[in-house]
This record gives sequence, C-alpha cells and structure tokens, in this order.
Amino acid sequence: MSDHKTMTLTLIVWRQKNATVPGKFETYTAKNITSHHSFLEMLDCVNEDLIAAGKEPIVFDHDCREGICGMCSQVINGAPHGGQDRTTVCQLHMRKFKDGDTIYIEPWRARAFPIIKDLIVDRAALDTIIQAGGYTSCHTGGVPDGNAILIPKPIAEEATDAAECIGCGACVAGCPNGAAMLFTSAKVSQLALLPQGRAEAATRVKNMTAAMSQCGFGNCTNHYECMAACPKGINVKFIARMNREFIKAQFA
Amino acid sequence: MILDGKCPTGPIEKTWDKHRFDLKLVNPANKRKYNIIMVGTGLAGGAAAASLGELGYNVQAFCYQDSPRRAHSIAAQGGINAAKNYPSDGDSILRLMYDTIKGGDFRAREHDVWRLAQVSNNIIDQCVAQGVPFARDYAGYLDNRSFGGAQVSRTFYSRGLTGQQLLLGAYSALSRQIKAGTVKMHTRREMLDLVVVDGVARGITVRNLVTGEIETHAADAVCLASGGYVNVFYLSTNAKGCSVTANWSAAKKGAFFANPCYTQIHPTCIPQAGEYQSKLTLMSESLRNDGRIWVPKNKADIGKLPADVPEADRDYYLERKYPSFGNLAPRDIASRNAKEACDNGLGVGPGGRGVYLDFADSIKRLSEDTIRERYGNLFEMYEKITDENGYKRPMRIYPAPHYAMGGLWVDYNLMSNIPGLFVLGEANFSVHGANRLGASALMQGLSDGYFVIPYTIGGYLVTVKPGDVKNDHPEFKKSVEDVKARTNKFLNINGKKTITEFHRELGKVMWNDVGMARSKESLTDAIKKIPAIREEFWQNVKVTGSGAELNQQLEGAGRVADFLEFGELLAKDALHREESCGGHFRVEHQLPDGEAKRNDADFSYVGAWEFKGNDKEPELHKEPLKFETIHLAVRSYK
Amino acid sequence: MQFISSSIGRKILMAVTGQAMVLFAIIHLLGNSSIFGWLNGGINAYAEHLHSMPLPIIIGFRLVLLAMVCVHIWFGIQLTLENRGGRPSDYAVKFTQKASFASENMIWTGTLLGLFLLYHLAHFTFQVISPETAALKNLVPLHDAMVPNVLGMVVAGFKNILVTLIYSGAMVALFLHLSHGIQSFFQTMGWSCDKSQPLLVKFGSLVALVLFLGYVTIPLTIIAGILKG
Repeated sequence: MSDHKTMTLTLIVWRQKNATVPGKFETYTAKNITSHHSFLEMLDCVNEDLIAAGKEPIVFDHDCREGICGMCSQVINGAPHGGQDRTTVCQLHMRKFKDGDTIYIEPWRARAFPIIKDLIVDRAALDTIIQAGGYTSCHTGGVPDGNAILIPKPIAEEATDAAECIGCGACVAGCPNGAAMLFTSAKVSQLALLPQGRAEAATRVKNMTAAMSQCGFGNCTNHYECMAACPKGINVKFIARMNREFIKAQFA
Repeated sequence: MILDGKCPTGPIEKTWDKHRFDLKLVNPANKRKYNIIMVGTGLAGGAAAASLGELGYNVQAFCYQDSPRRAHSIAAQGGINAAKNYPSDGDSILRLMYDTIKGGDFRAREHDVWRLAQVSNNIIDQCVAQGVPFARDYAGYLDNRSFGGAQVSRTFYSRGLTGQQLLLGAYSALSRQIKAGTVKMHTRREMLDLVVVDGVARGITVRNLVTGEIETHAADAVCLASGGYVNVFYLSTNAKGCSVTANWSAAKKGAFFANPCYTQIHPTCIPQAGEYQSKLTLMSESLRNDGRIWVPKNKADIGKLPADVPEADRDYYLERKYPSFGNLAPRDIASRNAKEACDNGLGVGPGGRGVYLDFADSIKRLSEDTIRERYGNLFEMYEKITDENGYKRPMRIYPAPHYAMGGLWVDYNLMSNIPGLFVLGEANFSVHGANRLGASALMQGLSDGYFVIPYTIGGYLVTVKPGDVKNDHPEFKKSVEDVKARTNKFLNINGKKTITEFHRELGKVMWNDVGMARSKESLTDAIKKIPAIREEFWQNVKVTGSGAELNQQLEGAGRVADFLEFGELLAKDALHREESCGGHFRVEHQLPDGEAKRNDADFSYVGAWEFKGNDKEPELHKEPLKFETIHLAVRSYK
Repeated sequence: MQFISSSIGRKILMAVTGQAMVLFAIIHLLGNSSIFGWLNGGINAYAEHLHSMPLPIIIGFRLVLLAMVCVHIWFGIQLTLENRGGRPSDYAVKFTQKASFASENMIWTGTLLGLFLLYHLAHFTFQVISPETAALKNLVPLHDAMVPNVLGMVVAGFKNILVTLIYSGAMVALFLHLSHGIQSFFQTMGWSCDKSQPLLVKFGSLVALVLFLGYVTIPLTIIAGILKG
C-alpha cells in the first residue's frame, strides 16, 4: 500500500452497438489511475468521465469482482483476462501497467460467442454443453450417505482441480480455433474421476463433445493456449483425460 | 397485526416430519399443469428450480446474469455446516440448532432452525451424489473443519471454493432439468415488478437486459430467491449486480419486509484502498482457524513493519477478551472489536482501517505447505489485490458488509404474507436471527431449495386451480405500463450526477450511520439524509442510452432507486429496535464490557414492515418469538 | 459413423495416421542410413532386400501407407477449415503464450511435406525426375547379381545443389511438423498427464530433431563430398 503513483493510459476499446451492427475501435484516455485500481475500476473511472461528457459508457460483463463468478470477459492486448497468471480481469490490477501505456481491449472472439454489445458476448453455448451431460442424474433426496462411497484424497483433489473451472470462456477466447475443449474436459474429467459420475461417463463424454461441436466451437489442435489463458489454471491433462474417456466410450 | 408463522406443534424433534405428513400432496399427473416462477438461480433458487422441475412442475427460472452458474453464492469460500457428527466430537441436530439460535442472538424462529439442522445432513449426501468434490482425508472419508461460533468440527468444505462447488452442483442439477424441458431458463432478465391479482401473487414483470423488452410471466406461484441487500452500503462483499430490487418490488406490492436492520458485517475482508474502490473482497473466516488477530498495543508501533513489533507489544485482543473462542469468536463480535481497535487509533494500513491477521505461528507449527493447502487460494487472492505476501507478513483485514439476515417475512412454509409468493435463501428472513454463523448461508440456501420448498409449495398449490390467471390479465398490462413509465422517467431526468455517485453517497450514510455501531442520533440523522439523496436522485441523475437496448446505467438506476427507498426502511427498523442483538448494535444498549445487550422483554419478536409509500410511515407487524427448546440466555463466547 | 464425424474422433484418426507415418519415417531413416555402409552392400543391398519381398506385401504396405496419407490429409484440411471459422476475426494484438510457430503452421508444413512427398516419389520411387541416373536402368553387381544402383542415383541427385536444398527444406518442414505432431499424438490419445505432458513436448521435439539431422546428413555429406558414389 506504499505509493499511489497516478498514471494516464490510452485505451483502444472495441465498441459495437449490437450483434448486427459492425463494431470498431475507439480511443479513450484513462486519467488519474493508481496502481491499486483494479482493471475494472479503471474502466469505471473512464465510464464516469464518458457519462459526464454525455457519451455512452463502455459496457462490459462483470459481477462478483473477486475472480470466481466467471462473468468478466475481456481480451487485453491480445490476452484473455490480460495474461497475468491465474487472474481474471476483475482481479487484474493496474500495477501491471505503466504510465503512458496503450491498452487494447476487445471482447472474447469466437464463432460460438456472438457479440451482444461492446465487450459483452453471449456464452449460452457453454450452458448448452453442460446441459448435454455435465451432471450426475441423481434425484433430490434418496441418495446414500456422503461417506458411503469412499473417495481417496488424491482423486478428490484432482476432481477439485477440474471443478475449479469458472466457465468464463477464456479458454475459447484464447484458442486460435475457438475450441471449448478445456471447458468441456474439465467437467467431463471431474465427473469421470468421481465414483458418483462413473456410471454415466460414456454417454456423458459422447453427448458433451457432440454438443460442443454443434455449438460452433472449433476443434482442439493442442496449442495449449487455453491452459495459458485459464484464470484458474485448469491443466490440459484434463483434455487428455477426456480424449481417453472418449476412446473408452467407443467400447462401452 | 400479529403475524403467525404457522409453525407445527408438538415435540420439536417431530415437527418437520409431522408437518411433511400433514401437507397435502399434488397428484403427480397434475404437477405439470402448475407453473412456478423462480427468480434467482443461486443456491436456493437453482436447487429449488431443479428439484421442482424434477418433481414434474413447470418451472420458469430467471436470473440477471448470463448463466445460472454465476450467482453470488459462488463466492462463499469457507464451507457448509451439517450435523453429521462424523468426527464424533459431540455434534447433533440439536446442537447445530442450539448454536444457530444462539449465534443468531435468539432472534430466529426455533422451528425453522430445527428443520434447517435436521436437513443439513441430507444436503451433504445430496451434494456428494451430484459429484461435488468435498475435501476428503487419506482414507477417503469426508473431512471437516471448525468454524466461528461452534466448538465442534462440522463444516464440510472444498478447498476455499465451497460455494462455487455447491452452486455448480445445483447448476448441474438445474441443467439436467433444463435439458429435460421441465425448467425453462430465462437469463439476463431482471425482475422489476410482482404482479398481484386479487391479493394473490400471480406473476412477474421482467426486463430483458439484452433487448430492453419488458416481458410478463404468469404462474401459479412465484418464488423469490434473489439474495441479499447489503449493497445498500455501496461497498460490500456482494457482487455488483446484487440488489434489493426483486424483493423491494414485492414489498411495494404488500409483502412484509422483516428485520431489515439485521445486516452482517464480515470480519475478514481486505481493507479499502481508495475512493475509487468498487467493492470489497472477503476472505473466508476459516482463516481465523489458523490466523491470529492483533493490533499494536502502542500507537507508536503502527507505522512499523509488523515483524518489527515485538510480541509483548502486540494485542491479540480476541484471544485476550474471549479466551474460550479466541480468534473464532462470532462474526459480529470479531467485527466490532476490529472497529473498536481502529476507532482507538490502533488500526494499521491506509487510513488506519485494518487489523493484522497473522499466520506466523501456524506456519511455524504446521509448515507453510499445510497452510497453503488449506488456504492457498485465499493467500493468492490477497496478494493479487494488495501486492503483499500473506505468508511473509501478516495480512491486513477489516470488516465489510457481507450478508443480510433480514429479508421478506415468510411463514414456516416459506410463504410470505402474500399468498402464492414464496421467498427462499438469503432473500427471506427466517433462520439466522440477528446474526448468521459461518458456513450457515450455504446450508440455508440449499435446505430451502432442495428440501423445504419442494414439499411446502405443494401444500399451497393444491389450493389453487392451475393456470387460473394468464398474462393477458389487466394487472399484467398495468404492471408493464408502470415499469415502462419508471424506465422513461430515469431516462428523461438527464441530470448531472451518475448513478455511482448517488450509490456511493447513500453507501457512506449507511456505513457511517447505520453500520456496525448505530445510535439514536446517527439513525435519526440517516433517516433525514436518505430522503434528501433520494429527492436529488430523482431530480439530478443522469442515465445515458435508451430503454430498448442493453443499458447497464438503466439497470443500475433502478437498483439504486430501490436502495434509496429501502435504506430508509433499514434505518427505521434499526431505530425502532431499542436493543443490541447480533449484527444490530446500538451503542446505547451495551453491557459494561461492550457486549450487545438484548432486550428480550420488549423485542423478542420479528419486526415485519409493511411499506406504504415514501411519503407515509411504514407499518410494523410483529411475530412474537417463542423459545421452548432453547432457552433464552445471554450470549457469551468468553 | 459418429466417430469420424466427431471432433475428437477425427483428431484421433489424425493422431494415429500421423504417428504411423512417424514410425515409417523412423524405419525409412534406419534403412536409408545403410548408405553409410553399416550393411554389407550398402543402400543397394537394402533396396534389393526390400524389392525381393513378396509382391503382395509390397503392394499391401504401399496401399496402407497411401491410405494413411490420404486420411491424414483429408481430415487435416477438413479440421483446419473448420477451425479457421472457430474464431471469425483475429485480435488487434497477437499474443501467444503456449502455441508455437510449429503448432500454428501444421497445415503449411503439412502441405510442404505433401508436395515434397510427390517430388520424392517421382524422384526416387518412380525415378522420372532425372531418368539418366535412374537406379532401375543402371544396374550394378552385388553379391554375384545385378541390382539397381540406388547409391549412384542418390549421390547423383544430391550433387545437385537445388535438389539438396529442396530435400533439406522439406526436412525443416518435417522437423516442425513432427515437433508438434509427436507430442500431440500422446495428448490426443490421452496418454499424457500434467507431469508427462511437458516431457512429451520435449521428447517429440527431440525425435523430430533426430529425424531431421538423420535425414539431412545424407544430402549434406554427399554435397560436401564426404559420401561418394
């Protein structure tokens, strides 16, 4: 909390009225920004200035602002969430930038994520993938005691690693192919690892990957950009696991 | 009016089972004829929508986010309580009930709390079956940790991500029902009005946040699971989109708002860094398991690096004042003590609003790796925000508004005073009393969603004819007109100040005058200031853009306008409650040692307010609280 | 079939066919290395040994290889076209963290290798590029029999600087293609975990490097005059 240097930055921001109108970049200046501003607070300041000047503020998705809801989604200088390791845009702080920097801000770009307005995209396709099988078909009530099936700690830990996915779509935004393999594989792996999810493992992996293709996501070509973009550090080992599950499912 | 909670009678151990048996059932073939609206898809709403869909009802679910997976339940870190007694440390349903009632400072309804404690065990089983990866020990059994306000280890957790994992479990169950067609999900919709026809809740009016279209939806029952209202303080740990709007729209249609003054200030948040700050970030209070809270004893040491303050010159004030609970004292106590230390000029960090949370002893005792395994993500979060390494130097923490114990009044069946309007989770007032214990919010949300509403709503639905009212009814048309008129009003003021400026201004009044320590003067002052801000808002707010498009300023305007009305009610409730209890601390009412002084003789009731418009005084309705199982006692954590 | 229309199914076909060709490339290099004389009679003896196999085996082997190549190319083009559409427009700033030049240009290194393959077959298999040095037409004695002079053909070919450049260039493409392709095979087949994955990336690049060095040694030693006909 030592020094409150203020910075002035040039922002080049994607503005797009709605899904049907083509968008373009606009240039803005962010003034009086300290190193303790979060990136979104910096945008808040710019928006306050825009409103004062009678202009339309920049719209962007955000909600929890603590890196867990997965709502925020901006590509900053070509990097989803700004490129800081394991960090969402809302957790990115301006100490990453220096006075005078020029920052490009764009929405997620992928065929499966149509732009709604400015930096907001429609990520319903991710929900569609989960609806295709990202669950165990248990009923409310009528389930066995939580300790009835033992789950070794390493398995529970690995399942949690996969389950940390916040569904922000940065993996898709970072993938040159606009693929959703890391997202899909995280859920497939979480449920394939746990005994509760094993029963439906084969149909799950088939249905979820089919939904993935139908939604317009590209295919995986093992660039691993998704892993670099993921704010939760989801490992591509889960893609390998999903591939394995997919092969197994062919014989199930 | 004296309100009746319609609690079952008889020995408390049998009440919920007996009540379930007494409830009438809806014929399975008829269930699909009933339409149920679910507003909000967090833990309570998501779990309820999934369970009701699975039962065969037709569910229409709404959320303002782009996906039901994003509700702010996701941010709960620490864990979820259940009376499993796996560690055999003396836990039981009764003890969980006792702790919750006592933690809530005897301001909750006993029967609801018993039911919560009873179904807590089912929740854990349910979540495990869904594939929620709870922490396990090496033998494969579910692991537990301890949490504030309890002397048993009953908290189940998944790293520091328990809320996320439970929400994703509910979201997966919901996704399954969406696929099955029993639940229709409407994302990016904000409820702006409740439609009441002949005194019965019959539907809602929502704004499509993408197109700006005002839509109406009719149903046989409306459930609100729209969360809490502490964004009335502007800076809070809630998500930016959390608002009182859905609840307030119901309150304006006659639903009683109960105990709005019971707000929880969470002790372990990251202190504010500057004026521009948009929200505060909470770190799970599970940190208090291994962290020791202290401030320097002498003002001279405040500027020093924490490591340079000798052990003898540190005041571990919670350990000193509450030897048996120590750093695990309940949230309100921990928060108030932090404020007190800072008010005494002993706070650390910017503006002197912070206390140390020190892990040095635990790291020495357990190793840094163990601490990392337990709280790694919290340390990471802390470092991202403050640029300081919590392993190397103590964290700085300060209390922040976090949770609303108050909410719409509901009876034992979770139905409000408006027939057909049900309220779930944080949005209702029911089980936490004046203060919520850690790891209890997740428990309540899921309890209401999975195990209460699926039963109780049936008891109401059998009394109504399905599809009786459609959304072509004049009340729906009127509702659309009202909403549109309000929207146009916002857009046409074209003033000078932004919604954020108004919200911040309201927040300052709320935090300073209606915050952790309230007095008659401060509250009276707030009740004067809030209407003035509201007045100015309606004269001088600037909302850009139009209503027929995605417009975040317009969304915000509606939310701030509602907070400006609701904030006043909160202050009035706080003023009327001449006692201190849990999260409501009146400086006039304290014991000699600074502890909250309850007034059971005069205030052992639920205060449910009927809003009658900004120009009229709200009317207070009381539901007396009876304590038959747990006896009223002075809450002591010494 | 669902498998060959699915995203992962097609990736698996790419991986399996690609990996089969890597195995072929390894065996091919081992065989070719007989040019350095470790086999009695050198590369001519090796060629003669291959040609003396029963005809159905030779034809069968060639057909399988051809099928592999076709499948690999077909799905390679199909997936690339699909993936191009996955991100309709690029970002204003290009920023890559994990992707490499090799991984981003598989379609181009693959195209070069395909074209090279045609040239290579015309050159040494069908021997139509420089008919005057064709091995089939220039027999030499080996162990009391007359056999095609493969060595002469190869040496004559690589004496031409242009031919050596074409071959060396193609081997650069091979190196790039395999440095991504080999580790990609393990990932696609699911034979990879967080610990092995970075090692597999290194292993893949190493194998690709060995193949590259092995293959370019032949033309380079010839043009340098070290290896003589």
